[in-house]
Amino acid sequence: MNTQGKVFKYPDNVDTDVIIPARYLNTPDARELALHCMEDIDTEFVKAVKPGDVMVAGWNFGCGSSREHAPLVIKTCGTGCVIAKSFARIFYRNAINIGLPILECEEAAEEISANDEVKVDFNTGTITDLTTGKTYQAQPFPPFIQNIIKAGGLLKSLKEGENNG
Amino acid sequence: MGMTMTQKILAAHAGLDKVAAGQLISARLDIVLGNDITTPVAVNEFKKAGFEKVFDKDRVAIVLDHFVPNKDIKAAEQSKTCREFACSHCVSHFYDVGRMGIEHALLPEQGVVTAGDCIIGADSHTCTYGALGAFSTGVGSTDMAAGMATGMAWFKVPSAIRFDLTGRLPANCSGKDVILTIIGMIGVDGALYKSMEFTGDGAHSLSMDDRLCICNMAIEAGAKNGIFPVDDVTMAYLAGRSEGTPVVFQADSDAEYEKTIHIDLSKIVPTIACPHLPENTHPASALHHIKVDQVVIGSCTNGRLEDMKAAYNILKGKKITDGIRCIIIPGTMQILRECVERGWYTAFIDAGAVVSTPTCGPCLGGYMGILAAGERCIATTNRNFVGRMGHVDSEVYLASPHTAAASALTGFITEYKEA
Repeated sequence: MNTQGKVFKYPDNVDTDVIIPARYLNTPDARELALHCMEDIDTEFVKAVKPGDVMVAGWNFGCGSSREHAPLVIKTCGTGCVIAKSFARIFYRNAINIGLPILECEEAAEEISANDEVKVDFNTGTITDLTTGKTYQAQPFPPFIQNIIKAGGLLKSLKEGENNG
Repeated sequence: MGMTMTQKILAAHAGLDKVAAGQLISARLDIVLGNDITTPVAVNEFKKAGFEKVFDKDRVAIVLDHFVPNKDIKAAEQSKTCREFACSHCVSHFYDVGRMGIEHALLPEQGVVTAGDCIIGADSHTCTYGALGAFSTGVGSTDMAAGMATGMAWFKVPSAIRFDLTGRLPANCSGKDVILTIIGMIGVDGALYKSMEFTGDGAHSLSMDDRLCICNMAIEAGAKNGIFPVDDVTMAYLAGRSEGTPVVFQADSDAEYEKTIHIDLSKIVPTIACPHLPENTHPASALHHIKVDQVVIGSCTNGRLEDMKAAYNILKGKKITDGIRCIIIPGTMQILRECVERGWYTAFIDAGAVVSTPTCGPCLGGYMGILAAGERCIATTNRNFVGRMGHVDSEVYLASPHTAAASALTGFITEYKEA
């Protein structure tokens, strides 16, 4: 599994209110919600993002509300992966549970620039900045979480467990 | 090495004698909570995965509070989804308009959550119930769906920061000033993935409403949970309301903490978090030049009876200054009723405020007090992110009920000084 695309760069403490403002949360429809992804800090994102593109951000990405709509709209927009220095814990859980690939890598998040072309290999956690030629190694997930990701999300992994048990 | 209070609750719910920070566990859940925004997504996931029934109809709580009474047609559809799901699964703790309250004011008040519980909620402020001596944390809708189906959730056992509180709060300060001060000290990710455990004589001196407020905002420091020890104040609060039997867990004397932060409550001052992060704190006394357009007193952080009382004591017999919209939102129907019974509701109206039925409404920019471009609100809510209460160019200043009410009388950020 991997993704390749252009980088959208964001600062520290990107909160779930700017990822998807609550004023739109009167619907659970991910496609409708995705039209507003990031609009309070980046009105160009939704217009410019292409399948496989990569978000790169600073510390504490996804802080604030528990709304699962946040990773869901990022995924629905076509974003292939989010790389950050760190993730807020509920966002981290939600991203894994819904199958949005995320990677923690301080060095990559610091050095990769907006609009760089980046390739990410999820199996190895290797991030390659094709624009600069530099590679980075992200922290691997613990096996327990890898199993959730492999199954395609939490509920599918639970169902698999039921069927196997 | 011993366990923290949080670790002891998690060990007991995982059926283990001992757990350590970083360990992945599967824990039994006492309550699984959702609201009118997060539950529809959970219901969809629950059905999609092919689950047919909830693990225990008495251990699922669904509270309609964010956009009710329904703010528009789409919100009405979301409430309908929740209502139909609750009805078809005979969910006993389903709270609709007329019975509802803001979830984190309501569940403790109604005795749905109690000491020693292990609770998840698809709402980030679920960490509130740590005030009762429970382990309680916010999750997303998929975790809620899994929790409803299986009664279990996976957790990484957190390490902890201990906050050793001493002294007593000044009369013009409350739990809100304490937690804003702490977030200002450690930052919005200062407790990321960790427990915030509050201990010391000062902790015991705090009222339950103050403790609920402090634990409520643990998430604003990135924490997994906030927790207070169970004492006489807790047991007096739980008496006569707790559905379950409270179970008292205590941290081991040799429990390991990443660090201990000492806070003298007598030194706390009225504190404001300026836009656009809760860590951007300043003494209210340094912000007298900031003019506001709106005041909101309410939310899961500060919509409880003591908060209403603080607002009443400051606003009674006074007039809210011209040009200021003051919106007061009691957290539950019971608190609203108390405001009516005690004559506070009338005093609020006479002062020039509006009083709403319980709702999260303005806190998250839903409705009931949305800000236009360039407008400023001083609010007793919990987040001041970009666009949180309305237009992307509006601003939210977080404050205690004392400071918010005092500011309503002047039109500028003003700390309350006792007459």
